[in-house]
Amino acid sequence: MPALPLDEAGKYVAGAYVVFVALILVYVAIIGTKIARIEREISAIVAAEEDE
Amino acid sequence: MYSKGLAPLAAATAVTITTAFTLVFFYAPNDADQGFIQKIFYVHVPMAIVALGGFVAGGVFAIKHLRSGDSSWDLRSYVAIHLSIILGVGVLATGAIWAKASWGHWWVWDEPVLVSFLVVFLLYCVYYPLRFSIEDPGRQARYSSVFAIAAGAFVPLNFVAVRMAESFTHPRVLSQTGGDLPGDMRLTFLVSLLGMVLLFVTLWKLELTAKHASMQLKKLRNRARVAA
Amino acid sequence: MIAAARTILRKDLLIEWRTKESVPAMVLFSITVYVLFHFGLDRDSLDGELASGVLWVTLLLAAVIGVSRLFAAEREQGGIDGLLLSPVDRTALFVAKAVALFLFLTAVELVAVPAFGLLLLGPGLGGAFPELLAVLVLGNLGVAAVGALVSALAAETRAHELIVPILLLPLLVPVLIACAQATEPLFRQEAGPEDLGRWLGLLTLYDVVFVLLSVAVFDFLLED
Repeated sequence: MPALPLDEAGKYVAGAYVVFVALILVYVAIIGTKIARIEREISAIVAAEEDE
Repeated sequence: MYSKGLAPLAAATAVTITTAFTLVFFYAPNDADQGFIQKIFYVHVPMAIVALGGFVAGGVFAIKHLRSGDSSWDLRSYVAIHLSIILGVGVLATGAIWAKASWGHWWVWDEPVLVSFLVVFLLYCVYYPLRFSIEDPGRQARYSSVFAIAAGAFVPLNFVAVRMAESFTHPRVLSQTGGDLPGDMRLTFLVSLLGMVLLFVTLWKLELTAKHASMQLKKLRNRARVAA
Repeated sequence: MIAAARTILRKDLLIEWRTKESVPAMVLFSITVYVLFHFGLDRDSLDGELASGVLWVTLLLAAVIGVSRLFAAEREQGGIDGLLLSPVDRTALFVAKAVALFLFLTAVELVAVPAFGLLLLGPGLGGAFPELLAVLVLGNLGVAAVGALVSALAAETRAHELIVPILLLPLLVPVLIACAQATEPLFRQEAGPEDLGRWLGLLTLYDVVFVLLSVAVFDFLLED
């Protein structure tokens, strides 16, 4: 099996780890938007309560 | 309820993953055959193992759901499967990168683990259309649980079958993870695996908390609407 | 339970006998696919692993049609609700549907396998028997059990014709692997070493797991 020169191989390894980190970040972002939506709805309910 | 212990868990995850990355790049030696490319293995294989474990866990939670009728088990099952599918995308992506770097093609059929993973991934992708095409929530949960159990039982069977089929070609690199890793590589691998497990559990709890909060909120909103 | 299963089975077989909907379509489909393979592969005759692969992929794709139609009668005449309300033992229902599917597959194969021998198989079918029979029986058993389960799972979804193929085919990959690998040496020009035992073993394991699983889990389907 050919061992690629370090700078070439480095690109692929970096790519793999970037994929991993990117997945986590995308996931966290999605959960983040979910939480933002929850917060908005809570504010809406609280506002509705205060109106009564 | 679901977020208990989330903060220390997240901290442990961060520490373990940082340690793992450090070990990968500063401690583990370069592989004799593959060179630097082999470093991908420390992220690809743990992801695969944890994803498969997540699918099986989804099946176990589904069994608990059907036995108890408690829908919180269905939620746990759904999130576990959902997370494993996302990890599955990562497994296939990092596997393709490894294949391209090692053998020049973006996909190879010689790796039984990768191939059987593709089949499992294709199967679990059906979870979403199946689940969301059933409108009644009780039925949706029950049918999803049946799927999760059947698919969970399928995972080991499929792995065995693909392995048997591929054993006529020479087993390749991934099979190495079984036994003959030298000590420093093995330590790095185990730490990486632990980090991945902790990451999965952390994200699982995180999503459970968010989903549960969202469901509680919906109940509250409906009650407020009825009262008004 | 046996009596209930037998009643449902008899009903399904009668419907199929009268309407002749599923089985002829599956046969026609199989032969059409053979023709497609002839043109697609640009081959007059196949042997060995190519023959094995073409035969089993064709049979599996035909099975998808059968599975899609398994609960069709109930669905179309509004019978699903009747089935849900009646106190029918779910295990009986599973057994009836699985046996029906097994019989349909057998009927299809009675035509489709000789047709394959005629159209595409180089070495001729004679050398493949009786081992081919064992593979067919065990393979059909697995397809029947999983097919009945998948059919029930998809029965009440809006998009069941879309769900059945993508759900059924990955689940049948181990069956495909075992059947194709088992028949590959049977279809060679010169008799080769056969390794039937391990593949029949895999098929048996698969069948046992999925029959038991489906029986255990069927109670939770098609109920209200």
